[in-house]
Amino acid sequence: MLDVKAGDRASFDLLLQKYRSPLVNFLFRMVRDPATAEDLAQEVFLRVYRARKQYSPSAKFTTWLFRIATNLALNSVRDNRHRRMETSLDAPVGEDQAPPELPARELRIDEHMVEQDRARFIRRAIGALPEKQRVAVLLHKYEEMDYGEIAKILECSESALKSLLFRAYETLRVELAPLVAQPVAPRAGEGRPS
Amino acid sequence: MKCADVSLELIAYLDRRANSAERREVENHLAACSACRARAEEFRNLWNVLDEVPNLEPSFTFDARLRTRVAEEPRSNWLAWLVPQPRLALSIAMLVALSVWIGRQLPPPVDAEANAKQQFEMIKDLGVLENYDVLTKLDALSELTPAALPVQPDDSQSQQDDGG
Repeated sequence: MLDVKAGDRASFDLLLQKYRSPLVNFLFRMVRDPATAEDLAQEVFLRVYRARKQYSPSAKFTTWLFRIATNLALNSVRDNRHRRMETSLDAPVGEDQAPPELPARELRIDEHMVEQDRARFIRRAIGALPEKQRVAVLLHKYEEMDYGEIAKILECSESALKSLLFRAYETLRVELAPLVAQPVAPRAGEGRPS
Repeated sequence: MKCADVSLELIAYLDRRANSAERREVENHLAACSACRARAEEFRNLWNVLDEVPNLEPSFTFDARLRTRVAEEPRSNWLAWLVPQPRLALSIAMLVALSVWIGRQLPPPVDAEANAKQQFEMIKDLGVLENYDVLTKLDALSELTPAALPVQPDDSQSQQDDGG
């Protein structure tokens, strides 16, 4: 990052190669829309590029990167929720119109199982977590960050983060109980965040 | 260690980030508490389930789009400050015009030397008012009737006298 700060565009390309996929996946799990996730990831990289002069080596680069990503994702989720609420309130409701579809979270679990779409079911369960819990789980489970780094991104203490993670995993354990009871065989090196 | 205390350290124990003392405490509790042991096992299974979510591959155009956007960003150049910026030029021009306009609205400047001389004339006799003798004489003069006051020679008369 210091080379990027010095104006080296090749180093920026290296950062792009290293963090493109983790960032897009983190954002996808946050906003649950691939196109929006890519747009947000582009915006994160652009902000990093614009703010390269202000980068301080005292801050870990991934902490800085994912803090930008988290803020952008949360803003996007909130904007989207606000837009959906406006649409549903403004939409005319006629007798011939079907009632609005219930959120996916309220579908019955066996319906999801019929769909055989475990991944989507898991994504929805993660997506239904409160914002901070969702960020904590994604950074802990998928990005394998240490507690100190996640706590900095979420601006909370490490003990608060541990409590947050426990509540999040406890919720997921309950929500995904049918899958947890019958887990697929873990692949090599899986089964723990790090 | 109670079940509530274990809940704080259980995740760190399972992901192997707890220190040795914390690990020992959690292990001792798990050995004695079947409920927490079952929960720990379910958490392990949950993490396996969470791994089922496949990764999303960024699109092929991701890098190209980003590079285009980065290329459109203004380059930092130490000579950049020499290049006239339209906004800056307009701001300076407006500032100069405003200064000229304000300058014309103000009254003409007063000659500083004349002003100082005038102020000195006004205050040079102030010391007299602090003189007790003078003040008592002024009080006595105020008791005199106008007829008893000495007639001051008229300026024009004195000028004529001087001229004659």
